[in-house]
Amino acid sequence: MSAKFISIEGITRRFHAPDGGTTTVFEDIWFAIARGEFVCMIGHSGCGKTTVLNILSGLDLPDDGAAIVDGKAIEGPSLDRAVIFQSHALLPWRTVLGNVAYAISSRWPRWSRSQVEEQARRFIEKVGLKGAEAKKPAQLSGGMKQRVGIARALSIEPKILLMDEPFSALDALTRGTLQDEVRRICLETGQTVFMITHDVDEAIYLADKIVLMTNGPEAMVAEIVENPLPKERDRNQIHRHPAFYAIRNHLIDFLVSRSKTFKSEIPADYDRRKPPVIVPQNQPQPLPPSHEAGRKVA
Amino acid sequence: MRQTSLRLRAGIVSLTILLIFGLAWHIGVSGTGPAQQMDPEYAKLMGQTAVQGKSAMPGPLDVLAKIWSHLKEPFYDRGPNDKGIGIQLAYSIGRVLLGYGLAMLVALPLGFLIGMSPLMARALDPFIQIMKPVSPLAWMPLALYTIKDSSISSIFVIFICSLWPMLINTAFGVSSVRKEWLNVARTLEVGPFRRAFTVILPAAAPTIVTGMRISIGIAWLVIVAAEMLVGGTGIGYFVWNEWNNLSITNVITSILVIGLVGMILDQALARVARAVSFPE
Repeated sequence: MSAKFISIEGITRRFHAPDGGTTTVFEDIWFAIARGEFVCMIGHSGCGKTTVLNILSGLDLPDDGAAIVDGKAIEGPSLDRAVIFQSHALLPWRTVLGNVAYAISSRWPRWSRSQVEEQARRFIEKVGLKGAEAKKPAQLSGGMKQRVGIARALSIEPKILLMDEPFSALDALTRGTLQDEVRRICLETGQTVFMITHDVDEAIYLADKIVLMTNGPEAMVAEIVENPLPKERDRNQIHRHPAFYAIRNHLIDFLVSRSKTFKSEIPADYDRRKPPVIVPQNQPQPLPPSHEAGRKVA
Repeated sequence: MRQTSLRLRAGIVSLTILLIFGLAWHIGVSGTGPAQQMDPEYAKLMGQTAVQGKSAMPGPLDVLAKIWSHLKEPFYDRGPNDKGIGIQLAYSIGRVLLGYGLAMLVALPLGFLIGMSPLMARALDPFIQIMKPVSPLAWMPLALYTIKDSSISSIFVIFICSLWPMLINTAFGVSSVRKEWLNVARTLEVGPFRRAFTVILPAAAPTIVTGMRISIGIAWLVIVAAEMLVGGTGIGYFVWNEWNNLSITNVITSILVIGLVGMILDQALARVARAVSFPE
């Protein structure tokens, strides 16, 4: 059960163009996320990453297949699944406190005003925004806005956290600190996370598993990469780990070439329902250019 | 510092323009001396214009004196054709606020409906497109015929002319609320009623208030014409009545007063607009 807390089972999404044509963004996708796992999805623009996340959040529905959480198919948005939007999506007419409190009072409508405020202040402090409660989003920097978005998502204590390229609009320094904090908070609470990114280093630092999507349209899950790095990671030491460059090269090779060519050279034993699980290991130099860099385990 | 000095300089320029205009006006309408010799009895009949070359137009000083006399006693009432300018203004403002208020009651909920429902937006669009360009005064005969009361008819005309900008802006504001804010509400499982008041209304408020500001401007324009047409009371009637009395001083005074009240109404809505606007 816990091995399949979230189960994506054969989802397909098609978009209908006004001229009558249909585009299949992705087709027959299968993968699963265990409770407490941090899973990243990587792929080029147009492979339907955001659509997968929207289906998980309930904002979009698949044309075929189902996304199942805790044994129940997703039929719409739920407070059990909090979303951190790429564009932070704060309500600009509310203060920082008001934005977080709005989510909390939606989650627990019976809570008193002081209870809501206390919870909001707790989470605002957790993301390091103590003192900025009365500010409007327009008065905040991009990083601070995204912190509010994170506080809002975490404050409703969701079972699953969904993040759509949450750090991509931030400068490198802010991105680093926010990654550290999100990682710390998620580890502390054992949060189950699904995150979309196109940043390889971000995925290596944060994820337990990385789902690789081929290019769209008709994108598919090429493989699932298990992160060989230990759960305890230090941003500054991570590159000294023997497996670091193995996984990094594997991911970059995929993004540069294999995401394009995968569909034309699908391995004979490829099964859409069980995409191959790869654990990249340290390889003797020079590195082979292709997916032989990984040792197959599934 | 720069800000205040700019404001000061602009004020000085404004004042100079006013003085030059006033002086030109004064010189333009003052007499040029005896125009020609004529029989004194005949001159009595002809009046100042013919004898002294004095213009029939009042000068700025005459208008100032008139304004002062109105200010001293704005609310006198000496029968149906002689009421203070304050009373006439109160009638007009009352009608505008009533018609405008009624239009708000209809336009805001209807605009919400149109903005939320693409079906209703398309279904009502032809009606709005045809009715919107109709001059509100064209409704007057129909209103008089059905309502049979001139005062209520002018309120109806105000209602009709205030309706469209508010309706169209509300619908536009509501339909163009950012998708991401609606998605936030959806992921938080916010119900439709709470969503309307906590997300859509604040997000659309600046657009709605812009529509309300356009409406109050049009309403104030139209009330003068409507009251000229129906007569009885109001600043529009006052203007027309003073024209019939050939009191150009009063006509000019009314023009200034109408402008002043229009500005106050507009500024009040501008203040509301500032209150509901939000920086992004």
